[in-house]
Amino acid sequence: MPLLNINVNGQDHAVEIEPHEYLASVLRERLGLTGTKIGCDEAECGACTVLVNGTPVDSCLYPALKADGARVLTIEGLAGTWQGEGDASSASAPDQPHLHPLQREFIRQGAVQCGFCTPGLIMTAKALLNQNSNPTDDDIKTALKDNFCRCTGYISVMNAVKAAAVQVAGQTHVPGLKPGTMKLETGKDVYAPKLPETKAPLAAVGRPLPRLDAEAKVTGAAKYADDYVFPGMLFGATLRAKYPHARIVRIDTERAKALTGVRAVLTHANVPGSKNHGLIFNDWPVLCYDKVRYMGDAIAIVAAETREAAERALDLIQVDYEELPVVDNPIDALKPAAPVVNDFTGHGNLLKHIHVDKGDADRGLAEADIVIEREYHTPTYDHAFLEPECSIGRVTEDGRIEVYVGSQIPYEDRRQIAASLGIPETQVRVIGTVIGGGFGGKEDIAAQIHVALLARATGRPVKMLYSRHESLIFHPKRHATVIRIKTGAKRDGRLTAVRAEIYGDSGAYASLGDKVMTRAATHAAGPYEVPNVKIDCYAMYTNNPPAGAFRGFGVTQSAFAVESNMDILAHELEMDPLELRRMNALRVGATTSTGQLVRESAGLVKCIEEVEREIGDCKLQIGSEKLEVGNPKTEIESEELPDLRPPISKFQSPTSRAWGVAAAYKNTGLGGGAADKSGAEVEVYDDGSAEVRSSAAEIGQGLPNVLAQIAAEELGLPIERVRVLLSDTDLTPDGGPTTASRQTFVTGNAARFAAKGIRELLAETASERLEAPPDKLVFRDGFIESDGRRVPLTDVVKWAKEEGRTTRYRHEYTAPETRDLGEGGDMHFAFSYAAQAALVEVDTNTGRVHVLKVIAATDVGRAINPLALEGQIEGGIVMCIGNALTEEYIAEKGRIWTDRLAKYKMPGIKETPEIVSCIVEDESSTGPYGAKGVGEISSIPTTPAITNAIYNATGVRVYSLPVDQDKLLLAMRAGRKEIR
Amino acid sequence: MVRFWKDYHSPTTLDEALVLLAHYQGRARVVAGGTDLFLDLSAAYESGERPCLDALIDITRMEGADALVEQDGYIIIGCGVTHAQIVGSPLIQARATALAEACSVVGGPQVRNVATLIGNVAHALPAADGTIALLALDAEARVNEPMRNDKSQMTNDKGWRPLGELFRGPGESTVDATREIITAVRFRPTGEHAASAFARVMRPQGVALPILGMAVKARRRMKAEGGRMKTAGTGLPQRGPVEQGPRGPSSENDGGVRIEEIAISVGPVAPVPFRASRTEAFLSGKEWREDVLEHATQVLLSEVAPRSSPHRATKEYRLELLPSLLSETLGMAIERLRT
Ligand SMILES: Cc1cc2nc3c(=O)[nH]c(=O)nc-3n(C[C@H](O)[C@H](O)[C@H](O)COP(=O)(O)OP(=O)(O)OC[C@H]3O[C@@H](n4cnc5c(N)ncnc54)[C@H](O)[C@@H]3O)c2cc1C
Ligand code: FES
Ligand code: FES
Repeated sequence: MPLLNINVNGQDHAVEIEPHEYLASVLRERLGLTGTKIGCDEAECGACTVLVNGTPVDSCLYPALKADGARVLTIEGLAGTWQGEGDASSASAPDQPHLHPLQREFIRQGAVQCGFCTPGLIMTAKALLNQNSNPTDDDIKTALKDNFCRCTGYISVMNAVKAAAVQVAGQTHVPGLKPGTMKLETGKDVYAPKLPETKAPLAAVGRPLPRLDAEAKVTGAAKYADDYVFPGMLFGATLRAKYPHARIVRIDTERAKALTGVRAVLTHANVPGSKNHGLIFNDWPVLCYDKVRYMGDAIAIVAAETREAAERALDLIQVDYEELPVVDNPIDALKPAAPVVNDFTGHGNLLKHIHVDKGDADRGLAEADIVIEREYHTPTYDHAFLEPECSIGRVTEDGRIEVYVGSQIPYEDRRQIAASLGIPETQVRVIGTVIGGGFGGKEDIAAQIHVALLARATGRPVKMLYSRHESLIFHPKRHATVIRIKTGAKRDGRLTAVRAEIYGDSGAYASLGDKVMTRAATHAAGPYEVPNVKIDCYAMYTNNPPAGAFRGFGVTQSAFAVESNMDILAHELEMDPLELRRMNALRVGATTSTGQLVRESAGLVKCIEEVEREIGDCKLQIGSEKLEVGNPKTEIESEELPDLRPPISKFQSPTSRAWGVAAAYKNTGLGGGAADKSGAEVEVYDDGSAEVRSSAAEIGQGLPNVLAQIAAEELGLPIERVRVLLSDTDLTPDGGPTTASRQTFVTGNAARFAAKGIRELLAETASERLEAPPDKLVFRDGFIESDGRRVPLTDVVKWAKEEGRTTRYRHEYTAPETRDLGEGGDMHFAFSYAAQAALVEVDTNTGRVHVLKVIAATDVGRAINPLALEGQIEGGIVMCIGNALTEEYIAEKGRIWTDRLAKYKMPGIKETPEIVSCIVEDESSTGPYGAKGVGEISSIPTTPAITNAIYNATGVRVYSLPVDQDKLLLAMRAGRKEIR
Repeated sequence: MVRFWKDYHSPTTLDEALVLLAHYQGRARVVAGGTDLFLDLSAAYESGERPCLDALIDITRMEGADALVEQDGYIIIGCGVTHAQIVGSPLIQARATALAEACSVVGGPQVRNVATLIGNVAHALPAADGTIALLALDAEARVNEPMRNDKSQMTNDKGWRPLGELFRGPGESTVDATREIITAVRFRPTGEHAASAFARVMRPQGVALPILGMAVKARRRMKAEGGRMKTAGTGLPQRGPVEQGPRGPSSENDGGVRIEEIAISVGPVAPVPFRASRTEAFLSGKEWREDVLEHATQVLLSEVAPRSSPHRATKEYRLELLPSLLSETLGMAIERLRT
């Protein structure tokens, strides 16, 4: 093996390596520097960026031997390059003097969510600051163009880079500006994090506190699943289907088993327990036995000493198939003659037929003065979380199974692993690792069961890491839909009826397909009071990848149809589109399509008014009159608009700009009659610190802070004294799934009640010593006070223990009861609302669409942490820009075309618009401090706001996503009014 | 990790590199930045092939590979020169602007820091950005010959061939990278009264390749009379809802821009990077006027044959783009001539 001489982070190394290794694997696997992340292995995502002799490169495709003799800087070495702070004691010293300004600012500006992209972003930004200490927005966008982040929406990233630049420049260039200071002479923090206006904070709740896990994420210390290594660990690989639909005739693994280095090759015959898994429907083979139903199906799994041996073993497994006809869309799937893909439900390809009925839709349409009838198409989308799936299984000394995985539902994983292994759930421990993004795509089983099987078969730890290629082929997606929708209204704009048919492509297995499509259906009348509604929704099995949960949970799709129809209606009626929405908006006293009376916390009208006001502030108007091609409405002051042209080309394309608006609502919590429970435990320690525990996943959204801030609030503790432990099924109670924007509400409440339990317990102890009734005691700043006397919490904890009390309290919270669809009453215990306006620019030479600005008003009940909230909103909007303009997952006759990240373009920093975010806090009486869900709502109205704006700019109506510039230009040129 | 090659060599001289290639008898391959090669290898693997080379010959450390110089009336670029180096070179920015522009839009900084211009040429895609710019600059390439004209060979122009000879078909070069090395490209810098420009159209979805790219190099003839020239541009040819564009030919005589020499390259409109020679012939000697541009557009449309490529662009769309791309690149080049 050749010797690689390399200086990493100032240290010389001589490492023996294989000639074909890339730099990333040498750094991660040979030197243990796992801060460098692998998101794609194709030089697309930038997560693996390190500096080689000062320049950023993608280490995933950089041959290690090319770096022979080079200096390499990784995230782990970054802080060491910063000798800024001599006087860490001075008043202006930042909170984390041991960090590089970029690291500090990424934390402070909220530019870290799941953190998987963070090391790469910071390293690329470091190279930029080396060359340019005063970068403009354009400079930053050019430099960070190929560093993708799926969570933040990039605005906080830009702010962090600019704020750090001031400090770096302060150290090296600008005399008089103290290193590390963000404050200029006026004393104003010019680079204060961007925060929306929210209600006055309490002691901890409502404060924009930086993330608890941020420091680990900006230094590369945070451990994602692939960062774990165990002694004797084997590597797993999965043989996937060769056809989208085929009968398995024979599987022969003998030759694979004989290969050197191979320790186990398993097929369905080696699954001792349940042969299928599934979140709701147990219809998904752990390893296929009778048929394969999509290209991602697993047929055999291998564990071997090296990844290479495992891969090679796959080639030696012989599978004989008998090909079957392929069903590749939901409409064909419903035809009586269609080949049956999956008959789990006993209804052929029909996974579920969902009805929503209210009033008499036919009569409502007959009564309407105008009926808009249209058909919309949305494609399949991939979550494109930056961290591909990874699980590690091992058998402990006492014979239990441990699985390390970044999962959205740890207890569900435990249940499904145990079922397939045929052992009691208590014999399985699922340990949640840090998760590099989920968005709904990490709710289903990936390799959790496989690694458990392989670990049992070999007695050794087994790691299964999916490549991006495999991840794209395998994991459940957002449903593609066809939506036929009629909207009826009176001449004055009052809605009389909505009638819709929705066909959802749920792919080969159910996943959460029926729930997702139920949400699509129940929200298909939009956030409006419509007296007559009839929705028929068909969730269908096909030979495409399964479709399941994805931020928005079906509502993203139906909102595109509903809000497009509303826009058409406004144009037809020559009404202001915001006025039309305000007139019909759900508000207190209204009834939803499922017959639920809205009793409280319905801030939609306020959201619409906020958007209207903001647009007014921009001195812009929404085109409510009909806009003809060639007469675009562009009453804007162009200086206000960001310049998005590439750096060198000075050529100005002719463009057309316009605003568009949309509104949306989204349930918080599971609803539909499901018991929505979460457990949390709070323990206080002798040193006055506390720990909150729950198996609820942090996928980047900021749950640890929510729980810590709530516990700190209740116990009167400074936030630094509260730790959070998540997702370990041995140590933390079941928090339920991280889905349906429910964790702040449900686990937030659980934590709140658990903290209250502890508080009452401590109050009893303290009340004797302070001679005051327990309910008169105030918990503040680590003390318990009464009438000017106070005792430290630490003492009270000690006394309580002396009294024989356990200073730990567990609470299982059950959300308010809901009813199943069709039963009337409350289907959900809370809804979040939003209205948005998007300003788009269409290049009339190319058809290319840019979103310049988005105004977002969001009713979240109560902002527990405005910094994290802003991050959720910005990230949701940018993700939805992808939904509208850049993303499309393509399968052709069941075969996957989108099999690399290069073929799936999530928005990059150049696509980020200016975002104005207004928070409406219409509190929910049952949510913690009034809070309700926020994770999904922001990403729902953006797509229709954009497509409505495109109509206003070009006169072309978009009926099919994503907007294809090819079709758009051709339509504009030919004077066609629509693209499909 | 899949093993795509068994050995990795970084020869420091051309001779050493050629000896290595000869030694492996076609089972080794030249690599520069690897940004095409490694992805090609993994794509082949994912589609069921099992590629494995005996060795990679990394040519970027060869003496002279980093040449980016002006010599004997040529700009010479060695096979180790990256896109980032080209974008950052004041010489290229001033005297081969189209190339700087083309290289600046390739990938992101991480890719540009390793991807070489000559790798882009060797990959032989009809829409490759740097390649299109080079084609308009009348570049020549040199195979298996030293990167620079060293003193002893000063007068020896041996081995420089027109760039166009390097392309056989989409992704197929006439240079066999298992045996041969393109060591350098060279071209004449644009001198006085000459300028170049590049522009392209991308699409966010689908295949990550440009939909259409175009480069123009133009030289003007100075009118005999001196004095300041009128610089009024009155908008582009109007099509659909178009705001007033800042550039473009005047419908009247524009005060002196007469095109003496012009080169236009475009892709993908043919299996290989394409020089629009009939459009060039039409434009040369013409005054820069709107009717001339319109006529030139017709000529261009008659000599190209763009095709529909799945998940990338339709033929119709490309045909719609060609006129605006021509007016954009030509407009930029002419604008630069004016200043
Ligand atoms: C994320 C990303 C974005 C990209 N965007 C663009 C883009 O916008 N536009 C664009 O045009 N390209 C783009 N590319 C493609 C790529 O970066 C370029 O084609 C690049 O210039 C190739 O150079 P290289 O040095 O990496 O070549 P390599 O990959 O090393 O080589 C490419 C091929 O040429 C051969 N070869 C290399 N050098 C020589 C030589 N001197 N003599 C003979 N044969 C040789 C190799 O054997 C190989 O077959 C992109 C690539 C990535 C990964
Ligand atoms: S670019 Fe290297 S991992 Fe994505
Ligand atoms: S924080 Fe950027 S990808 Fe999650």
